[in-house]
Amino acid sequence: MLERFGIRLVPRLAAPAYVVFLISLGAIIAAIIVTGFIFWAYGVNPFSAYAIIAERTLFNGRGFSEVVRKSVPLLLAGVGLVLAFRAQFWNIGAEGQILAGAVGASGVALFVPLPPPLAIPAMFLAGFIAGALWGFLPAILKIRLGVNEIITTLMMNYIALYIVRWLINGPWKGESVVGFSYSDLFDRAIWLPTIGTTRLHWPTLLLGLLLAAFIAFLINRMRLGFEVRMIGEGPAAARYAGVNFLTTTLILVSLAAGAAGLAGVGEVAGIHHRLVEPNSISLGFGYTAIIVALLARGSPLAAILTALFMGWVFASGDVMKVALRLPFQITGVINGLVLLFIICSEPLLRYRIERIGSRASAVESETGPA
Amino acid sequence: MADAPSVQDPTTQQTPLLSMQGISKNFPGVKANDSVEFEVRAGEVHALLGENGAGKTTLMNILYGLYQPDAGEIRYRGEVVTFRSPRDAIACGLGLVAQHFHLARRHTVAENIALGLANTPFIFPTRALRERLRELGNHYGLGVNPDARVWQLSPGERQRVEILKALIQGAEILILDEPTSVLTPQEAEALFQVVEQMTSESRAVIFISHKLDEVMRIADTISILRKGAVVGRLKRRDANPARLAELMVGRTIAPPERTSDGLRDRIVLELKGVWVRGDRGVDALKEASFRLQSGEILGVAGVAGNGQAELIEILTGLRQPSRGQILLDGEDITPLGVRGLFEAGVAHIPEDRNHVGIVPGMSVAENLVMRQYRYPPFARGALLDQKQVTRFARSSIDQYDIATPSKDTPSRLLSGGNVQKVILARELSGDPKLVVASHPTYGLDVSAAALTHELMLSQRARGAGVLLVSEDLDELMQLSNRILVLFAGQVMGTVDVEEATSETLGMMMAGAPQEAALGATTDA
Repeated sequence: MLERFGIRLVPRLAAPAYVVFLISLGAIIAAIIVTGFIFWAYGVNPFSAYAIIAERTLFNGRGFSEVVRKSVPLLLAGVGLVLAFRAQFWNIGAEGQILAGAVGASGVALFVPLPPPLAIPAMFLAGFIAGALWGFLPAILKIRLGVNEIITTLMMNYIALYIVRWLINGPWKGESVVGFSYSDLFDRAIWLPTIGTTRLHWPTLLLGLLLAAFIAFLINRMRLGFEVRMIGEGPAAARYAGVNFLTTTLILVSLAAGAAGLAGVGEVAGIHHRLVEPNSISLGFGYTAIIVALLARGSPLAAILTALFMGWVFASGDVMKVALRLPFQITGVINGLVLLFIICSEPLLRYRIERIGSRASAVESETGPA
Repeated sequence: MADAPSVQDPTTQQTPLLSMQGISKNFPGVKANDSVEFEVRAGEVHALLGENGAGKTTLMNILYGLYQPDAGEIRYRGEVVTFRSPRDAIACGLGLVAQHFHLARRHTVAENIALGLANTPFIFPTRALRERLRELGNHYGLGVNPDARVWQLSPGERQRVEILKALIQGAEILILDEPTSVLTPQEAEALFQVVEQMTSESRAVIFISHKLDEVMRIADTISILRKGAVVGRLKRRDANPARLAELMVGRTIAPPERTSDGLRDRIVLELKGVWVRGDRGVDALKEASFRLQSGEILGVAGVAGNGQAELIEILTGLRQPSRGQILLDGEDITPLGVRGLFEAGVAHIPEDRNHVGIVPGMSVAENLVMRQYRYPPFARGALLDQKQVTRFARSSIDQYDIATPSKDTPSRLLSGGNVQKVILARELSGDPKLVVASHPTYGLDVSAAALTHELMLSQRARGAGVLLVSEDLDELMQLSNRILVLFAGQVMGTVDVEEATSETLGMMMAGAPQEAALGATTDA
């Protein structure tokens, strides 16, 4: 059918990195263009809308700090998902793992009296462990009983959500809080430090960058990473080689889910300073992290860029709401469109588009003299 | 093809039933077919001989309407025809029995055949068919119960169903793609008789194979394909196996030298009353007992699915026996898993080399250390020592002459022979005590197969025990010291290679006990 248009698809052996980058960029641009039509349908000029968004997110120090702030949880959860996806462990549960991490950190902040220099690391540690525990059960179920992890990790999200609701309405409901559901404020001494007057809590950002570098090192240089890739790319070969699926999967899922837990710590200890409604702790960061990881196409370092981009989408949502009076939910539309276009662009990684005329003549000149 | 000897045979001076002229087909980076001339006449068996990847299947897919050629034309009884789909090809009397059968497993034989017919009635689709099936079955000796469900049939019976399907569709030209790969020698002989009966009735058969003896047995004309081009066409009476092998490979192939056996000073492997449960819950091995000495190659023969796969799995740790004991150098290794057995000195050359033997997306270097990465010098604590990996990769690529653009090339881009070299380099690097090889040359080209054979022999000479599972009886008889035959999970016996003939082995593979098989064939 394509022949009618004078083009055809030719399989590629391996797509070079710049092609992968350009195709991903193309998917993002396509999503932005289609979103423009939605602006237009709301009666907003898409060009001026993007101009306003750009001015308030990219060319404004405070605005840009919001972009980075929103990309921090995406980076932590996204880098974890990059690792999990490399082993073909389809963790859809980063959202629940973020909430678990938030609960872990809040527990330490509210009930464990520690001097501040110890309390902050203790919060991160507790959040990491809580997140990892949240990933443990689906991992064991998958390896031992063959239960599909997509379903179990997704279900664990709802369990985490209701546990947080129960905590802030029940045992952890703040004594000084009347009429609202949240915990007491954390002691001001253990709030995460921010850069200047922005809300960018830099310890979490630093953790995210370090984790991205560590996961990249793990995948490429460590035995564990070698096992992760074998499980992901050739499970039958991994079994033949003697890789222990249970321990390897448990370790990698703990790392991935623990990273999402760290994101939850950052949100409660760096922004809200108390345990709040689950929908306020995470604006769907756990789900958006899936897009961050898919867009990064298996590279933890690329996740730094893709997390920044998705952070920009979230920050743009705030601008749309405040300056353009558009619903914040448009960010969800952009997320969906980006995901859609990434998936649609997959065939371009495996095939090249060629004009039929040019190819045929090239072949003739190759074979002509022979 | 100027260098192809032209055939001048007075008995076949007629328009060919079918001819392909100047057929070319390109895939990215590969000329699958290059100006191929091919024809087949009524009443003849025309064999298409070539190594894997020579372009045989591509050519037949073009003939059967599955691919369109980039250049060239097909003539049916002298008229130019275009086959846009298999439907057009079937209309011109072509029938294809593919290497992998296309049958609905849960349906009956009659239903499967009715599916492929254009004029099948809407209700009671198989009623009219049964009589015709019985007739054809009797006529060609292709008896199959029309009400049997396909999953109940043996591979040989399924092949008969495919042939019947083609005949009922009115095939005058039958294409058989590697038809004997799933058959016992007796079944293969029965197939040859069917083929002879068909040609005696002026039907034509295109017989695709890479096995020289078969082609010499059945073909009237032999076309040899190498790298997409026809490099020779011979009448059978002008052909001999050595000449065919030379044309196929492009150089002379010396038969593997029978190197001396290794020192047989100890029993490397012993199985004592081993029972294994297969995937479907039935016993795949029943009380198997045998011994393998050092410096010996023990061949394992049997039709696929008689317990060979499970035997390999228990010897390499992928499956646990339900009863019995396995000893390696006198030590009980029954409970050890994959790692334990690798550490104990068991090398494993798996059957499915592209999915089990390597990780296709990972580099050649990484695949070369896929089993050893956990141990020094490749592992340094939790890290992989890239320098050691590189060094090992370089030396393996050199030593085994692995054709790869670089050590970092993904293994999926390698040819089958080079993938096997990667596996051999890895598995044989630690001087294993026991080498378990499953169909090590299946689908390999002649030169890669020859190298694999050499390596098996050198392992034996070094004093390792080699357990060689293969469906190729010639290979087993060429390499083994003794041949063990499995049937329905039982060891039917072990025959010294000097006493083994394909008839004896064939009878044992079909369930005859060793004494009966040996008696019957010596009487004859």
